[in-house]
Amino acid sequence: MTAPRTAFDKLWDAHRVAGVGEDADLILIDRILLHERTGGIALKSLEESGRAVADPAQVFVTMDHVVDTLPGRSDKTIMPTGTQFITETRAAAQRAGLTLFDLGDPRQGIVHVISPEQGVILPGLTLVCPDSHTCSQGALGGLAWGIGSSEAEHALATSTLRMQKPSVMRITVEGSLPLGTTAKDLALHILRQIGSSGARGHMIEYAGPAIAEMEIEARLTLCNMATELAAFSAIIPPDERTIAYVKDRPFAPKGADWDRAVAYWRTLQSDDGAIYAREVTIDAGAVRPMVSWGTSPQQAVPLGEAVPALDAEIAPTTADAHARALDYMGLSVGQRLDTLPIDAAFIGSCTNSRMSDLRRAAAILAGRHVAPGVKAICVPGSSAVKAAAEAEGLDRIFLNAGFEWREAGCSMCFFAGGESFGPEERVISSTNRNFESRQGPRTRTHLAAPETVAASAIMGRIAAPADLPTLSEVDA
Amino acid sequence: MTPFTTLRSLALPLIRDNIDTDAIIPSREMKSVAKQGLADGLFAGWRYTAIGGREPDPSFVLNDPRYAGASILLGGVNFGCGSSREHAVWALAEYGFRAVIAPSFNPIFRGNCIRNGMLPIEADPTPLAAVEGPLTIDLEAQTVVAADGSATRFEIEPEAKLMLLKGLDPIDLTLERSDEITAFRARDRAAHPWHYLGAPSLQGA
Repeated sequence: MTAPRTAFDKLWDAHRVAGVGEDADLILIDRILLHERTGGIALKSLEESGRAVADPAQVFVTMDHVVDTLPGRSDKTIMPTGTQFITETRAAAQRAGLTLFDLGDPRQGIVHVISPEQGVILPGLTLVCPDSHTCSQGALGGLAWGIGSSEAEHALATSTLRMQKPSVMRITVEGSLPLGTTAKDLALHILRQIGSSGARGHMIEYAGPAIAEMEIEARLTLCNMATELAAFSAIIPPDERTIAYVKDRPFAPKGADWDRAVAYWRTLQSDDGAIYAREVTIDAGAVRPMVSWGTSPQQAVPLGEAVPALDAEIAPTTADAHARALDYMGLSVGQRLDTLPIDAAFIGSCTNSRMSDLRRAAAILAGRHVAPGVKAICVPGSSAVKAAAEAEGLDRIFLNAGFEWREAGCSMCFFAGGESFGPEERVISSTNRNFESRQGPRTRTHLAAPETVAASAIMGRIAAPADLPTLSEVDA
Repeated sequence: MTPFTTLRSLALPLIRDNIDTDAIIPSREMKSVAKQGLADGLFAGWRYTAIGGREPDPSFVLNDPRYAGASILLGGVNFGCGSSREHAVWALAEYGFRAVIAPSFNPIFRGNCIRNGMLPIEADPTPLAAVEGPLTIDLEAQTVVAADGSATRFEIEPEAKLMLLKGLDPIDLTLERSDEITAFRARDRAAHPWHYLGAPSLQGA
């Protein structure tokens, strides 16, 4: 009898080539994803060292970070030197013989959206990408984590990484999410409870009934924000939902391999009695639609509540951090979030830009229009999402409501020197980071679920879908 | 990579929680596909009077002449959170920092430090900031000694310590084990053929 193991232990053991040094393991890497922002430099540095990509077939490259998302885009970018990132990454990928989802390719999009879509990430695989939100892909039951460019270079050259094994922390989500709350609200709720260092260095395993009943796209949203908890990554062991999602994806196994793979994936559960370094239990029933008020994702509250005083914060913080956030956001303690006028609304990013996100937002926007003066933008996460949304008419709903309808990419989730929101403009955003100047110099970001972003765009202030007048009242 | 053994230097205090990599090097300052040319962009959002400008803001500690030449940075909780951009470490290094002392680090940032010869020390920086004069870091002994002689011991895992002390290139070390990796991949390919997308190659997998 072997000792009970977590799903993470099983994946680690299956990929452990050897021990190296006193305390590290050499871990086999099955998939490497690169984008033009941090992947190009890894390829360039590898070439300059005279080394080659060990197995080009395992490497996928896309353009998402600095490409424009305006219709009719090309290699030219609004970001002053963006073109260089695109053309150099493309040329290096072609020289190395890597699979490239380039501009104009129907498979192009945000790396953490296209990888699940294409079946690049699968249960049981190890996958790395020089991007902190790679943890998203643990939602498919693979071991996926973000790395730096030097580590990417190591993985490219050797198909391995030298790793210290992280401890596993289980977050069990009991009960069910109330109607009208989503995985994004759950992620912000957890951040509020345990803080932006709350899972530092740990592998999170999400478990419990609320996770079991969650669709895969929602799981991707939840796992996406593990990096905001300072986790190593997150994983949801594969179940029947995962297997159904993966089936027939372009890079998923087919035929006899599919049957073998499914049988293997069913063994990748955490064993009863497996030991976790930490255990946290969350009551899904207590989750409410959330919105962030500060400059760290842990600074979030339910929509109808007020900016909390320092002593009302749940997770550890300091007076300095609290005061700096208030000052930056132009808020004071006791101000209700749902009274704040907004200048802009953004739906997109690796957190919330998949079909289910766009459908939920469109359901709110249908028959309504954004408030005067509000700049509203929707950026589908991938070219495939965009095409599918257009096939069912969602683009017309967004456009008729006064939203811009963009080409796929990371877009205004972060400011790279090109497009931005203005100084002190208040933006409600379905993204993952509300850091100072993240979406533009001195821009004030409030994180929320896509339906909250849609409702706020219509009301011209931070608002819940429940705050909207019914359509019959509007018609009258 | 330059080995890290000992370092005696002034320490610049920037003890704020959750200093993210966007703050360390704003994305707009990452102008080319290069690891260089980043020092001027270090903390650009806080360091200059205007966004995109280059006029130093005298109220920001990086512009305080008392800390000129400091190569140790004192930071707050969860230092280096956010984006995985290694440019944050490259910018700190190009500016002249060789070590960061903070109560805790984001894991990707910490890994990036170790791969670039930058020593991340997990320790409370507040008592260190309270003593005037330079700090002395001894990696072999795992100590930080303040000018008044008070010593703080820090922990670092053996693999990271070795990499830093010797200035080793981990890719070279791993490539020495290529045969082992090739053999492992061949066995793994037999067990999980769908993990492998290319034809069996000269690499045995």
